[in-house]
Amino acid sequence: MNRAALTNTPVVKSLLRSRWPQLFLRALTLGVFLLAILAGILGTPVGNRNIAIVLVWIAWWGLLALLAVPLFGRGWCNICPIPMPGEWLQQGSLLGPRGKGLGLGKRWPNPLRNIWIQNGAFLLLALCSAVVLTEPKVSAWVLAGFLLVAIGASLVFERRAFCRYLCPVGGYIGLYSQASPLELRVVDASVCASHTEKTCYTGSSQGYGCPWQVFPGGLVKNTNCGLCMECLRTCPHDNLSLNVRSFGADLDVPTGRKLDEAYKAFILLGSAMIYAAVMLGPWGQLKALAYGVGTLPWLGYALGFLLVTLVIIPGSFWLVSMLGQVLAGNKDAFKGRGVKKAFTSLAYTLVPLGMTAWIAFTLSFIFANGSYILPSLSDPLGFGWNLFGTAGMGWTPYLSGIVPFMQVIVLLVGLAWASRTALKIARQLASQARLPQEAARRMALPVVAFCLAITILLFQLLIA
Amino acid sequence: MRSSRLALGLLFILALGLPLFAASWRWWDLRSGVVEVHARMPDAGGWSPASIRVPAGEALRLMLTSDDVMHSFAIGQSASPVIDLYPGKPVETTLQFDEPGKYTFYCTRWCGPDHWRMRGTIEVTGDANIQTGAAEQPLYLTLGLDIDAHHEASTLPQQRPSVVRGAALGLVLPDKYLALDYYRLHSPEQVWNDLRGELFSKELDDQQVWDLVALVWQFHASSGDAESSQQLYARDCAACHGEAGAGDGVFAHVLGAASETGDMHARQTPADFTGAAHMLGASPALLHGKIVRGGMGTGMPYWGPIYTDDQAWALVSRLYEFQFEVEDK
Repeated sequence: MNRAALTNTPVVKSLLRSRWPQLFLRALTLGVFLLAILAGILGTPVGNRNIAIVLVWIAWWGLLALLAVPLFGRGWCNICPIPMPGEWLQQGSLLGPRGKGLGLGKRWPNPLRNIWIQNGAFLLLALCSAVVLTEPKVSAWVLAGFLLVAIGASLVFERRAFCRYLCPVGGYIGLYSQASPLELRVVDASVCASHTEKTCYTGSSQGYGCPWQVFPGGLVKNTNCGLCMECLRTCPHDNLSLNVRSFGADLDVPTGRKLDEAYKAFILLGSAMIYAAVMLGPWGQLKALAYGVGTLPWLGYALGFLLVTLVIIPGSFWLVSMLGQVLAGNKDAFKGRGVKKAFTSLAYTLVPLGMTAWIAFTLSFIFANGSYILPSLSDPLGFGWNLFGTAGMGWTPYLSGIVPFMQVIVLLVGLAWASRTALKIARQLASQARLPQEAARRMALPVVAFCLAITILLFQLLIA
Repeated sequence: MRSSRLALGLLFILALGLPLFAASWRWWDLRSGVVEVHARMPDAGGWSPASIRVPAGEALRLMLTSDDVMHSFAIGQSASPVIDLYPGKPVETTLQFDEPGKYTFYCTRWCGPDHWRMRGTIEVTGDANIQTGAAEQPLYLTLGLDIDAHHEASTLPQQRPSVVRGAALGLVLPDKYLALDYYRLHSPEQVWNDLRGELFSKELDDQQVWDLVALVWQFHASSGDAESSQQLYARDCAACHGEAGAGDGVFAHVLGAASETGDMHARQTPADFTGAAHMLGASPALLHGKIVRGGMGTGMPYWGPIYTDDQAWALVSRLYEFQFEVEDK
């Protein structure tokens, strides 16, 4: 597989190694984040005039879903402000290992070393999102809550426990970062094998041991690499490289496929579809249910949401993945852990499908509501300021004639990509079961049909 | 050590600088003496603050903003223009009151069924005695009228009385009927009874007498500002009473639903101005009283502190227009 090492360029490498550009960006995002919290609490309760909504849920989310994750994977996690205050307290320094940090430094409990809590946190946020995404005060308290939980996690546990196991958005970024064309990997694994100190994990005077609790020498997927560049600083052999590669390269890797990640894929795909129905659909009753957070009707909506994301989509996918095994004649799939393996592996087909579903969903509101950004930058708290002379700009939907075509293209790309991924995974499973490659096609067929059905449903929800 | 200080400085400037800058600016804004007034739908609190004090002759700087839907800011019995308030878009205005007293500010946009409750007061302090409401007592109080009493007309016209047909009779009405006091104190039915008793109407049939009643109304209605009364009706009355006065405005169903509870002190269905018995039995003084006093819990707001006396009388004339035909059909 072709890879171009960005770190072969000296300027890029020194920029990545230096802590100053990173600190600058982190401080800037933290400033904007704190301003958003302040705006949400003190500013106007009108969502489209308050940066707690406009900057966070329109501008930031738009950039994250449309550009940051598809192109840079976990690049955002590098400069995300939420874990920074906790990490600085934990490390006792802003510029590398110098001071004595605070905190208990406990290990994250072994049974919880997965993303089930993250999945739950995402679902909780998703169930309340109609309110969180529109009411500045609620949004601000949720953001402040993230900050406080992240600080708490940093002071109790070692490294970035919040990002790795708790952050609701982190699960989204981590899963879809597998599709991105950017990766941080070791250049030569044998160098790591002979390096007894493993400073990339334990730390050195040049930097901290991997804050994400990953041994870079064994890194094969982007999922848990926060691109923080600490290993680039701590490796004495200059054995790490930031590469540009083909899209979705991690999806071809047969190892490290887990049920919690598979469920993340189901949850994210289901959430994109439900969001499209609630926020873009013509069903006022459904909207009212979603907005009535805490009420009895909302409880029904929440149960429906959970049923779709945790039972119906995974259940249907289980059926199609098992049908694929039957069609392929893969008897191994029904022995021991075979069922789980086939189900979990094929679920990664939904990574490109889900990511493009989110892109298509985001396209539908980013251009429609993007014109709120400039006015709210001029008057970030809705107090009547006009810092940049843009406060009076009215709402204008952009590219409304083109967006549906963009969505069609994105969804078709997602379908093609998912189908190709399904076939690749089926080939791996067939090969492991010593089945002919012809069987792989039969194995992939029901999964591709499932993806097609989902795509048609998305067409209906987003475009039709 | 130097780099650590630099890093700390960078962090302080960027991470804390932005929010601190915003907070300081805000503090400075509030210190500058501007009064921030938030408009919210009445269910969510209405005006906040709902009462403001300012010394007479001093400039009152207001920063007006809507926190939910579109509202507007107007001051009762005043010629100052209405200011529209769009959600989240603050507007600054400066007012000055030279006379001490209590002034009512209110919303003129149909922001919700309880829109009428969006009232606040500006208390202007000074040496003179503080006056509340209109300077003089409304006519219905002076007359001791029970404006809640039954006032249905027992004699009704066959068809809508017509000003044009009344004028075509070519009769000169006695001065009594053209006197303002007479007009205000008598319901159309009473005017009809009085006219019916006149010698000059012996030859006329009952409908023709009703046409003369329309002529009497027209004589007094034309002395007011018809355009202004149309605008006032459309702005302040039509939401409940309907554009055509049939009591079927956009908020009527809310009031109607409440009235079904049977509680007489709760909201009532809006009055139907097209109902002949109800309207032709009501004197202008009675209708004026209902407008300035309101419905006392029925959902009909009180307009005394909002309208000038001329506006209230003009609106009374407008209400009779639902009973009288002005143009020939």
